Amino acid sequence: MNLSALTITQAAERLQKRDISSTDLVKACIEAIEKKDKQLNAVVHRNFERALFEAKNIDSEKKADGNPLRGIPYLAKDVYCEKDVPTTACSNMLRNKDYLPPYDATTIRRLKAVGAISIGKTNTDEFTMGGSTETSCYGVTKCPWDVSRVAGGSSGGSAAAVAADECVFALGTDTGGSIRQPASYCGCVGLKVTYGRTSRFGVMSMASSLDTIGTFGKTVEDAAIILQAIAGRDPLDGTTGDVQVPDYRAALAKGVKGLKIGLPREYFIEGMDPEVETAVREAAKAFEGLGATIVDVSLPHTDYGIATYYVICPSEVSSNMARYDGVRYGHTVKNPENLIEYYERVRSEGFGPEVKRRIMIGTYALSAGYYDAYYRKAQKVRTLVKKDFEDAFQKVDLLLAPTAPTPAFVIGAHTNDPVQMYLEDVFTVPASLAGMPGLSIPCGFSRNNLPIGMQLIGPHFREDLLFQVGHAYEQSTDWHTRKPNI
Amino acid sequence: MAQLTSDDVRHIAQLARLRLTDAEVAKFTPELASILTTINKLSEVNTENVEPTAQVTGLHNRFREDVIWTDVPTTEEMLATSPLPISDQQIVTPSAHGER
Repeated sequence: MNLSALTITQAAERLQKRDISSTDLVKACIEAIEKKDKQLNAVVHRNFERALFEAKNIDSEKKADGNPLRGIPYLAKDVYCEKDVPTTACSNMLRNKDYLPPYDATTIRRLKAVGAISIGKTNTDEFTMGGSTETSCYGVTKCPWDVSRVAGGSSGGSAAAVAADECVFALGTDTGGSIRQPASYCGCVGLKVTYGRTSRFGVMSMASSLDTIGTFGKTVEDAAIILQAIAGRDPLDGTTGDVQVPDYRAALAKGVKGLKIGLPREYFIEGMDPEVETAVREAAKAFEGLGATIVDVSLPHTDYGIATYYVICPSEVSSNMARYDGVRYGHTVKNPENLIEYYERVRSEGFGPEVKRRIMIGTYALSAGYYDAYYRKAQKVRTLVKKDFEDAFQKVDLLLAPTAPTPAFVIGAHTNDPVQMYLEDVFTVPASLAGMPGLSIPCGFSRNNLPIGMQLIGPHFREDLLFQVGHAYEQSTDWHTRKPNI
Repeated sequence: MAQLTSDDVRHIAQLARLRLTDAEVAKFTPELASILTTINKLSEVNTENVEPTAQVTGLHNRFREDVIWTDVPTTEEMLATSPLPISDQQIVTPSAHGER
């Protein structure tokens, strides 16, 4: 077995016994990237030399530290600032000068503190805006199961890299589905945390009231291990909650007996792939077999999720993207007539079409005369979407739904239709608007051998419950053990 | 379909400090109109007496002690990321008034 295919649990056990070294693990990931990434295009910056140096240091330690992440190699999405490592948000705005951050994101710092080893950066849609990595300035990441298809997005590089065993785990961001959807397309475990469970400090912002920092892993247990290391209050991100971080691994063995799992009827709609519906309904049966009760529930405002999201997100985008003006970092132009012209030329050359679209929609929605009709209206509907979830959690412990309406789509399928692309987020956006945590887990394959994912959605700060339920499912199925042939 | 003219798109772009080519205006005008049509679905929802949500987990203003934290990049390190000339620890931008 290739060492890069190990889970964190397996790798940590072998590192503890000194069966393998951290250097062996890092080398196995480097080899996998060199072998497979010409086809996949998942990794956009390589940090191999420093990774090998760090691995050597860890290997030379006399006493092994008990943290399961010690010596484990990972990849981070290209929006996580890491000191002196290029971080470009896959945008020409930052690419030309290969922005080198002078500091670490809190999540990177926390992983460093427990000895996890960063080996590089993964592909994403430009500034995380998109659902397929097709808006990346480095080109699309391909699905490891079928390279004519997308890996999903925006965190498509991280999902593909984990699925193809180019790393042991990876970091991503989820604003409207950007972890869950690519995890579903690539067949790995993707965790979107409760808003404020993890720190956003040092991660390039897209929509600040929605952005979350989360993980890709090969198993639910791995997701629990990573979250344990990165969760919790950060004085540098005022939106992180003062909520205690539980022992996530302790929750794993509890099983699902006696739990009520809601199946929201609005998540089984006309136009969705029947194979996806079948796979998720089969999973519901499996949960019944494990002792849970399946309950029919309704989230009546689901249908308004996309419209709400595509007001709030672009509005916050238009504000967040204002910092890219060619002054403190990024793209620059020569001989401008004046400062305004400088801004306009820098931004027009630096940003790609999807970023421009969102900036303009947001600028429009926030402009005088439209603010109440769009932004304020969307914030009110957001309240109703959130209330749908709160009402449902009065009746059930958690929700089970498909992650995306279809398996991975063919590259270019939605290029000329931004609205069709947005509809890929229809099942992931509502939980984002409500700030609820979601865990996408493989739950089957299509006839074309493409992975299908389901998501478990829980109340705020109940990632432990998602791990408990996800782990029970994983123990009774083998979808997560299947590997793409690449 | 929402109404949006190419002049509207030029105006929005100018507000957002974007300079669009004619080809971009021609491409974005129908695309933005189609996005606005999708968004206009919100008008179907009755939001009378509904409070807007800006923060989902219910946090309010948070305060911390005003202590200086020294584990941060230096001024020089922060300035080093700028593509523009640096003079006396300041970034030299093009003139706001057009003189060079």
